[in-house]
Amino acid sequence: MFYREAGDFKTSYVEDGQTFPIRFDRYRYYFVLAVAFGIVPFFINDYWANAILLPFLIYAIAAIGLNILTGYCGQVSLGTGGFMAVGAYSCYKLMTAFPDVSMFIHVLLAGGITALVGVVFGLPSLRIKGFYLAVATLAAQFFLVWLFNRVAWFYNYSASGQINAPEREVFGIIITGPNATSTAAYLFCLIFLVASALVARNLTRGTIGRTWMAIRDMDIAAEIIGVNPLRAKLTAFAVSSFFVGISGALFFAVYLGAVEVGEAFGIQKSFLVLFMIIIGGLGSIFGSFAGAAFLVLLPVALKVFGVDIMGWPTDIVAHFQLVIVGGLIILFLILEPHGLAQLWRVAKEKLRLWPFPH
Amino acid sequence: MKLKVTSLALGALMAAAPAMADLVMPSLSYRTGPYAAGGIPFADGYADYFTLLNERDGGIGGVPVRLLECETGYNTEKGVECYESTKGEGALVYQPLSTGITYQLIPKTTADDIPLHTLGYGRTSAKNGDVFSHTFNYPANYWDGASGAINYLLEVNDNDLSGKKIALVYHNSAYGKEPIRTLETLAEKHGFELSLLPVDHPGQEQKSQWLQIRRDRPDNVIMWGWGVMNQVAIQEAANIRFPMEDFIGIWWSGGDHDVLPAGEAADGYKALTFHAVGDDFPVFDDIQTHVVDKGLAAGAGDQVGNVLYNRGLYAAMLAAEAVKEAQEIHGVADITPSMMRDGMEALEMTEERMAALGLPNFGPAFTASCENHGGDGYVGVTQWDAKNQTWSLVSDFAPTDGDVIGALVDEDSGAYAAENNIPSNCN
Repeated sequence: MFYREAGDFKTSYVEDGQTFPIRFDRYRYYFVLAVAFGIVPFFINDYWANAILLPFLIYAIAAIGLNILTGYCGQVSLGTGGFMAVGAYSCYKLMTAFPDVSMFIHVLLAGGITALVGVVFGLPSLRIKGFYLAVATLAAQFFLVWLFNRVAWFYNYSASGQINAPEREVFGIIITGPNATSTAAYLFCLIFLVASALVARNLTRGTIGRTWMAIRDMDIAAEIIGVNPLRAKLTAFAVSSFFVGISGALFFAVYLGAVEVGEAFGIQKSFLVLFMIIIGGLGSIFGSFAGAAFLVLLPVALKVFGVDIMGWPTDIVAHFQLVIVGGLIILFLILEPHGLAQLWRVAKEKLRLWPFPH
Repeated sequence: MKLKVTSLALGALMAAAPAMADLVMPSLSYRTGPYAAGGIPFADGYADYFTLLNERDGGIGGVPVRLLECETGYNTEKGVECYESTKGEGALVYQPLSTGITYQLIPKTTADDIPLHTLGYGRTSAKNGDVFSHTFNYPANYWDGASGAINYLLEVNDNDLSGKKIALVYHNSAYGKEPIRTLETLAEKHGFELSLLPVDHPGQEQKSQWLQIRRDRPDNVIMWGWGVMNQVAIQEAANIRFPMEDFIGIWWSGGDHDVLPAGEAADGYKALTFHAVGDDFPVFDDIQTHVVDKGLAAGAGDQVGNVLYNRGLYAAMLAAEAVKEAQEIHGVADITPSMMRDGMEALEMTEERMAALGLPNFGPAFTASCENHGGDGYVGVTQWDAKNQTWSLVSDFAPTDGDVIGALVDEDSGAYAAENNIPSNCN
């Protein structure tokens, strides 16, 4: 009844081509934005920001990035952690080299540098596919982590190889460092997430996105109908790495504040983001959000339930957490192989017919 | 959503309930993951000492201690979550037992006015209290450890290390990299040749490193390992028949669980320490009667007297003594984190004080001050006896090379202060 195209008349091309053509979708979208920008900042505290919202926002950006490459263009990547590290370390070098420049610019430039690195590591994708490409990106992962561990220039020759985010601001508001308020950090990441999601959504609806999907569905057929695989694959790598780089920069500068490459951007990070898009739904922007939310919130929720509410020993809760998260992942993959986004799609189909399903 | 509501309601309830006087001690422990072998005994020792104080003395200065344990898994992201979830409860001092988490918490705790105690780990230059106002790392730090190891080697080599080859096997992380700078400086000073062999997290794979040691035949191997890496390294050393007497680990590589898996082969392995080993102290009798016999021991209760258990106990003892100092300075029993910081800075550990606590000669005597948050850095060497399964002190607590370390501390802390615009804390 509410969710349908019928009766929602468009009178201009702009209206016809808008991001959310169905009215219900659009209002829901405005509502979420209003809550995220208008209500959450007033109620946020350090715990909610640092333990739940910041990781969710940042992982959602990373998941969008990987989803473009893997979900839309069909190129499996295990190098997400390495590309996040590129974003983090370029952001650190920019922050320390140009302390007076706004953080916005640093984060965007960090994304740009990561995009370039991503293109370089994307070149093998022109010759190798599938599992073999996964191995090639795995090599990128290990090489990049090794590089940032090995070359002291990247961490400004500090004794421990750690990088620390100094205090930097945007228009006089402190964004990084310990004195940043949780509201400022949250809004900063939220702006990047909303912009990333909008850009990603519109890219995937347009020509570039369609060439990506053509390559994903059958690369030979795509080539025959005139899609340039070089362009399609490299743009996918560039755009994907751009978002992943932004998330890496935010992960280091805003969320953690101090990072050690092997621990923060190791192979487990690549797998975590890959699990996010698999659980959330490959080839879906909403899926990136859902997957990030699922894997960030679930461990915290289980911990709060087990330790704070039930008072169980911390090690038992930590072990159960692994069991439950692992079990749920398997359960999801069996019951809903297309991820959480598919649940939402089914719900929308039902909403279209409701309340007269026949 | 439901859970959010529940936890919010719970939070509101906690905030609304009348504040009962208690001293909140968070324990950012790790009982899971590749580093649990070291995390468990430390967390048990830390918890048991506070349980002892509650049971025997009714807390510290009449105020009971409430221990908040939070599992980090040695993971920085979980460490942040733990920090944020416990700091609102009035946490007095953080001891994360992880160099990675320490680096994150140094700026955060300073901004939140909560002290951070990194006992023998963390950022070495935090010794300079003029820059690191809220971070303490007494009684000894990594650079003391590096210097202590070299001093010991000087002692057994008639004060001459020139031409010797020394290899450092280290955990390839902030923790393992800490001693490199000091060892390089000392190598120049004493004329030995230093080779660096990094081992990647978690450290189960060390074949190539030990192959290299087998080929290069260094005179001594120094190890900066943690967790499963220690056991593997000692086993590998035994496999290539590297003489255990020439193998020295940092204090984090000298637990019972590190040497036991290698069995007889580990006999003679050495490790540094900054506190006494064994359970031959009066306080352990109290722990037996007040904690273990009452069934209140933390964890499985099977770690009492282990090296890392003692270290956890030592950390708790220093925290408890700092609470007493703070209570004395400010004249209130229910202190705040800010007062705790003052107490830690005024802490003076003397032989008499330790003896009165039932821990005679357990650690070095030291006096903290505004400038010196790191103690005097006395380091001893222990050796493993595989037959009797005991550690024993083979070289007594001795001072380290203050000239070299002091200069490096000033350099590193100065760089940190300049990078982050930190004003002088002591003037």
